[in-house]
Amino acid sequence: MNKDTEITNLIDAYLKGELSSSELSDFQQKRSSDPAFDLNVVEHENLVGHLTEYGKRVRLSSEMNSIHDEIDIEALKREVKPELPIVYRLWNKYRVSTAIAATVAMIAVFGTLFSTGYFSEVISTNYTQMRRELNSIKRSQNALIKNINGKPGRGPVNPGQFGGTGFALSSNGYVVTNYHVIKDADSVYVQNSQGEAFKVKQIYIDPTYDIAVLQIIDPLFKLASLPYTFKKSAADVGQGVYTIGFPRDDQVYGEGYVSSRNGFAGDTVAYQVSIPVNPGNSGGPLLDGKGNVIGIINGKQKFADGAAFAIKSSYILASIDAIPQDSLVNKLALGRRNMLTGLSRQDQIKKLEPYIFMVKVY
Amino acid sequence: MRKEVKSSVPADNEIILGILNDSKEILNRLYQTYFPMVLQLVLNNNGNEDDAKDVFQESVIVLYNKVKSGNFELNSKLKTFIYSVCRRLWLKRLNAQSRNVRNIEDFSEFIPVEDDMEQHEEKDRQFTMMEHALKQLGEPCKTIIEDYYLQNRSMQEISEKFGYTNADNAKTQKYKCLQRLKKIFFQS
Repeated sequence: MNKDTEITNLIDAYLKGELSSSELSDFQQKRSSDPAFDLNVVEHENLVGHLTEYGKRVRLSSEMNSIHDEIDIEALKREVKPELPIVYRLWNKYRVSTAIAATVAMIAVFGTLFSTGYFSEVISTNYTQMRRELNSIKRSQNALIKNINGKPGRGPVNPGQFGGTGFALSSNGYVVTNYHVIKDADSVYVQNSQGEAFKVKQIYIDPTYDIAVLQIIDPLFKLASLPYTFKKSAADVGQGVYTIGFPRDDQVYGEGYVSSRNGFAGDTVAYQVSIPVNPGNSGGPLLDGKGNVIGIINGKQKFADGAAFAIKSSYILASIDAIPQDSLVNKLALGRRNMLTGLSRQDQIKKLEPYIFMVKVY
Repeated sequence: MRKEVKSSVPADNEIILGILNDSKEILNRLYQTYFPMVLQLVLNNNGNEDDAKDVFQESVIVLYNKVKSGNFELNSKLKTFIYSVCRRLWLKRLNAQSRNVRNIEDFSEFIPVEDDMEQHEEKDRQFTMMEHALKQLGEPCKTIIEDYYLQNRSMQEISEKFGYTNADNAKTQKYKCLQRLKKIFFQS
């Protein structure tokens, strides 16, 4: 054996504690006197240290593996994870993607609905606006009646596709009706109880309050001064009211009472009125017993008995005020004097007849 | 936090003492007691039982090294320590696999174990280096070194096992092997 081998063996013996006390003191002596030897010892010790660490870890791992092999993993798995079916795991894994997908789907759905104008139909489906669709049967009847009567109607022969009611605001041809009656119209005519039709133009519309102001174009058109006035204050609940409208081609009288201060779903713009109304009544005047206009009929609630609605007269007045007077050819002057007070209902209706028009929309 | 896995738990200081004495019995109990908890953690966070095994065994190694380094001071429950180490290790693995780790589902409280993890990583590096070096060393050197230094066999036994005519030849062989190992280990 050469010298290096001897030294290595000596260090090994030292590390294993196999040196006798005299050998040990020699060893220490040599270490302190010979730096090269000392370095050798340190290096050796270091390496053996790492080796031992390695060995311990290998042994620990193999011990643990043998313990692990004795454990019933399947049983343990069931114990720690009994309530996790595959659905739950999938949900855990994909919930973020699911959320994103759902969001995209919602945007797509609502985006489509919005772009196709679904949301612009703001009025609930429980609410019907009382404009009338004139079907072809009624059209032919209408034409027939006119032929028999032989009245020279000034309007077009072809009747309207939609109809409603309107009433005069002034003696010089201003008429108010509902916005929904005349919206999307190509042209609008009003027809009086005598069957005479006059072309009108739109002066002002207010979709929010569902009010439209029209003007008869014929400059020669003239009515006697208005027998009714517009009530500025709110009507009382329980007050008796009546309306005249054109649910068919003749004027129809309906009577009822104000049943609530507010309209559909608490709408403060309208009253709830218990009165029989039908398609075609929209735009008709709602009058109290003294002949004051307190509102304008605009709809009723589906599936509910006797729940009609009328826009309050104060909003009609507000709409009239909103019209720039400069732009008007003729002055719009409301009736000042009420000529209906004290008259019997029959006489009131007779007086009102010429001021109420059927609105025909093409 | 969901239901915790219950079992009869050996006292913490009992385990520490067992670790210091290399008690197999204690290792067994430690394993049986805390492995279910780690299995639960890993299974519920996109892992399988093999992942749980690896993570748990690594945490036991961390614990052993920490206890045996001498300056061990347990400032939390042993359970919390093991759970925290496993949690940390498993998060690291998940990150390495670049899976979604934004919300790991927890089953126990945990403490920060960054210092321990740093030490462990250093030890782990050395372990891998040694493993690598021994592999490179080749036979019969690897077995001679392992027998002598790890199994504590005498040179007499080793020379008989390898058929050397006497122990001195075996010693020369061991010297050569050790020199080579030294070279590989310290140079890598």
